[in-house]
Amino acid sequence: ILRPRARKLGLGTAYIHGMKHATGNFIVIMDADLSHHPKFIPEFIRKQKEGNFDIVSGTRYKGNGGVYGWDLKRKLISRGANFITQVLLRPGASDLTGSFRLYRKEVLQKLMEKCVSKGYVFQMEMIVRARQLGYTIGEVPISFVDRVYGESKLGGNEIVSFLKGLLTLFATT
Amino acid sequence: MTKLGQWLCGLAVLGSAWAALALAPPGLQLATPYRQALLPLPVYLLVAFGCYSLATVGYRLATFNDCEEAAAELQEHISAARADLRRRGLRF
Repeated sequence: ILRPRARKLGLGTAYIHGMKHATGNFIVIMDADLSHHPKFIPEFIRKQKEGNFDIVSGTRYKGNGGVYGWDLKRKLISRGANFITQVLLRPGASDLTGSFRLYRKEVLQKLMEKCVSKGYVFQMEMIVRARQLGYTIGEVPISFVDRVYGESKLGGNEIVSFLKGLLTLFATT
Repeated sequence: MTKLGQWLCGLAVLGSAWAALALAPPGLQLATPYRQALLPLPVYLLVAFGCYSLATVGYRLATFNDCEEAAAELQEHISAARADLRRRGLRF
């Protein structure tokens, strides 16, 4: 069932829009441009049942998770940013900027209320706040096949706003 | 406490311990070899952390999985899905 919106309105409001129409107890968030493959959804569900987790996060960095279509520079930026994040925030999850996740519906609602940032930092903030609130997080390795459709948006601006957001989280959580 | 708060506390504790031992006034000083080792310790630790960071990021960069099969499989799935939808009457 597709619930389209008038135009591009941003990721946060997209989550809220989706939640309004969701009828189940759990919500899976993922990219729709096929970089996230639906075949992983049963694994998320299985993992959630295994540990009764509040959140199951897809990770590109552990197990047989990985990426396709990234050059060395992109991989370096990814690993470097993740390393800095791990040192500063010690979040207890290996992939903080990934957006392929399963949430308990009430957990997603609660987190949406608390999160204030945008973009990559938003995904990080979700995990950090979840930790603060004592929610449990499980991980599932996923493969991220870089955009078959659409254009990627990792430029200098993105990096600067990522660092600003990271420092904000560092100082406020 | 925020992460920043934790870092500042930790640095304050370690910093004051180091200052007390390494910069103590004459009379309360440790034996010379200990002081000589203690004085540059912060810089050593910083450099060690820098090396650890480079090594870790380098290792993780080198072992970053490339999912070739996933990409190939995805292309197959896309063509299969298109064929299926075409069969059901959807025009591309």
